[in-house]
Amino acid sequence: MSLRPDLALIARTVTPGARVLDVGCGDGALMAALRDAKQVDARGLEIDAQNVAAAVARGLSVVQGDADTDLAYYPEASFDYAILSQTLQTTRRPDRVVEELLRIGRQAFVSFPNFAHWRGRLSLFWGGRMPVTRLLPDTWYDTLNIHHVTVDDFRALVRERGWTIDGQWFLKGDRETTHANANLFAEHAVFLLRR
Amino acid sequence: MASASLSDDIRFGLRRQARLAGPLQLDSGAALGPVDIAYETYGQMNADRSNVILICHALTGDQYVASEHPVTGKPGWWWRLVGEGKPVDPARHFIVCANVIGSCMGSSGPASIDPATGEPHAMRFPVITIADMVRAQAMLLDHLGVERLHAVIGGSMGGMQALSWPTLYPDRVESCIVIASTARHSAQNIAFHEVGRQAIMADPNWRGGDYYADGAIPSAGLAVARMAAHITYLSEAGLTEKFGRRLQGRDAKTFGFDADFQVESYLRHQGLSFVERFDANSYLYITRAMDYYDIAEDHGGSLAKAFTASRARFCLVSFDTDWLYPTAESRLIVHALNAGGAQASFVELSSPFGHDAFLLECPELNRVVDGFLKGGRA
Repeated sequence: MSLRPDLALIARTVTPGARVLDVGCGDGALMAALRDAKQVDARGLEIDAQNVAAAVARGLSVVQGDADTDLAYYPEASFDYAILSQTLQTTRRPDRVVEELLRIGRQAFVSFPNFAHWRGRLSLFWGGRMPVTRLLPDTWYDTLNIHHVTVDDFRALVRERGWTIDGQWFLKGDRETTHANANLFAEHAVFLLRR
Repeated sequence: MASASLSDDIRFGLRRQARLAGPLQLDSGAALGPVDIAYETYGQMNADRSNVILICHALTGDQYVASEHPVTGKPGWWWRLVGEGKPVDPARHFIVCANVIGSCMGSSGPASIDPATGEPHAMRFPVITIADMVRAQAMLLDHLGVERLHAVIGGSMGGMQALSWPTLYPDRVESCIVIASTARHSAQNIAFHEVGRQAIMADPNWRGGDYYADGAIPSAGLAVARMAAHITYLSEAGLTEKFGRRLQGRDAKTFGFDADFQVESYLRHQGLSFVERFDANSYLYITRAMDYYDIAEDHGGSLAKAFTASRARFCLVSFDTDWLYPTAESRLIVHALNAGGAQASFVELSSPFGHDAFLLECPELNRVVDGFLKGGRA
């Protein structure tokens, strides 16, 4: 089983036996990995019915719902971790979704593609066009990403809300990369936060 | 081997009936006893009795979930989900399906004979609830030597029973599948049922429910009740696709009140064929039970509280075109389960068939149920 690099990173970091809510869990790949490798009690929330059916068919507990509206129904601190991977930029109010994650989970993983990666910048600067890259493969009109965000944008939000960063990881391709100049060189960021 | 001796046991197999002494204490305060329960079992109980699945049927359903119906000759009503090679498989599971009390397919109900008088109960049968149906099922399971259910599964009213099981017997249910159902009957649900009941009671043949002696049954009233209900089982788009405004066996409108339209002819047929297999008084009792159903009301107004004692896994499925028990009702249940930290799955599947979708071809439903049931073994 090979997990997406950001998910593999999260899977490595989660403590065994933890209670995890995976928000935007897709077909449950991370949940299944956590269950099988770390005996994690994993629950999922996913908007797409086909994905939910696939996850339930794997024996996972996944609820069809919308991160923007349905997180309110989960009680406070009911999970050790709430995970939002590659979903932040698709929500209507990313800030409120992260607030909810930090209310529901003692800690929250948030991963997202970094819109300020140099390749995207070049595309905008020289081409004057919205970037279409490996991590952002869709055109501006059919992308699900409605709130593009950069590493520095996210750090600014964290500061502004007074959240604490317990860990941060950056990815270039499938490999981890240095924190230095992450806003320019990281294609992907993973943050571990708490309130 | 335990399973070998069980196969010779007269309690197991098709077309069984048990007379249980009871008395069954009912929500109304009345007691029912003895209680007759007609049921079927499929497959073999394994040595540790851990493979038992209870299937709960809908309003006008019966115990023939996976075998031919003795009156209509049709295959079992959930043959798409229950049977060899299906998600619920007699090769792996010991499957029980019982006719609910209040019904008319062999379990105690208004049409069955009151042993005290030798006459049909008719309207002297006590008013029952969904919880009473479940209590009767629990009595049957006691009789069959079943302590715990690997799963309880139901659609529509069957889903109401399935959802009630872990609230009434939290220690007896490992997993619960609720399809196209709800945690309470809405005002609209009650309203439609009242139309049906009034149609039956307005039929001059109904006579306060005492129509069994001379065979003159309130068939017109029951047929109208069925016609009205049947509309709620279908989607507007489904009706349009199936019938549109097409005329029935004629080229032009007759300017009369015959069944000009195909949809009228279809509904009349549904009503007439229903009368042949269902008792009017049973229809009154079971719709009443559904109207009284509100799990939250039974738990101080909190649906979440209803499930706190249960450690069951839950799987809820709704259909996007079902306006009888729409997706929002399933979501309410999911939110309550989440609030209590229960293991819950929920998916809204797409189907053009409205509420009836749970009985029709839906590969996604089979995939979800199969995966959910196997997930419990992981």
